[in-house]
Amino acid sequence: MSESKNTIGRLLPYLLVGIYFGIIFTKSEVISWYRIQEMFRFQAFHMYGIIGSAIAVAAISVQIIKRKGIRAMDGSEINIPPKVMGSGTRYWLGGTFFGLGWALTGACPGPMFALVGNGALVMLIAILSAVAGTYTYGVLRPKLPH
Amino acid sequence: MIEFISQPWPWYVAGPLIGIVVPALFLIGGKQFGLSENLRHVCAMLPGKTEFFNYDWKNGAWNLTLILGIMIGGLVGSTFLGNPDPIAISDATKSDLALLGITQFDGLLPSDIFSLEGLASTRGLIMIVLGGFLVGFGARYAGGCTSGHAISGLADLQLPSLIAVIGFFAGGLIATFFLLPIIL
Repeated sequence: MSESKNTIGRLLPYLLVGIYFGIIFTKSEVISWYRIQEMFRFQAFHMYGIIGSAIAVAAISVQIIKRKGIRAMDGSEINIPPKVMGSGTRYWLGGTFFGLGWALTGACPGPMFALVGNGALVMLIAILSAVAGTYTYGVLRPKLPH
Repeated sequence: MIEFISQPWPWYVAGPLIGIVVPALFLIGGKQFGLSENLRHVCAMLPGKTEFFNYDWKNGAWNLTLILGIMIGGLVGSTFLGNPDPIAISDATKSDLALLGITQFDGLLPSDIFSLEGLASTRGLIMIVLGGFLVGFGARYAGGCTSGHAISGLADLQLPSLIAVIGFFAGGLIATFFLLPIIL
């Protein structure tokens, strides 16, 4: 649990993973408002195939990491903290708020940034609004049911 | 090869390429994939913080770097590997959207709404500003977004993530079938 320093060498891999992601998001059209509409209208398999196969590949890999006790490249243990259920309210209610925003903007947080790179600069406004929404949650948090 | 790369990539190529990032992040530095955390990190940079943002945002520098990369990747993908054809969504979606007055299908999103001019209209304001606000509020309330819950969370077989994903769809269906017909 040592504090890792943010050197260029440490951050560079994440920059590369991000670039890789931005290209895949763009080329698979998951950043398209039309594709999100097509998904919520159940009119094509495209988005379900992408999310489903991404989960499958991730799930198999995570199981291997857990069962074999594989460590990170720096030798540290890989901790995957379980999510706390609580009353469950935050998951269905927060999730519903998120889903409303996802269908309206046609983008979740990652794709919003990929869209800016694609030249849809108006998505910067959506990102600022999302920061404002996050801030509002932080302020209201003690009063919200979780 | 170039022709394949410049065409839209099919789901069975894109999905696994996205999924493999989950173990990659664990192996690179023990990091868990979740992109909406970055919105919280931005709040943690602001002065006058409430307790929820009272931590050192630099611990999230790796994730902020990742999302900067996503922006650059979007630029690379559109500039060098761009698809010249209109997006090939299903005819059923096209006719449904046409009924709502959306008839342009070139580009990634309806440019008459998602543009600076569109932002000046009521529907643009609701879809971009209110929509963005709900994405940020909902993601943090639910404790994650598509990446954190739908991909990382479900991959780790977390029941809370499944409930969140059901919520994502409930909200998306409400917006698609009840709100959009009113707004558009």
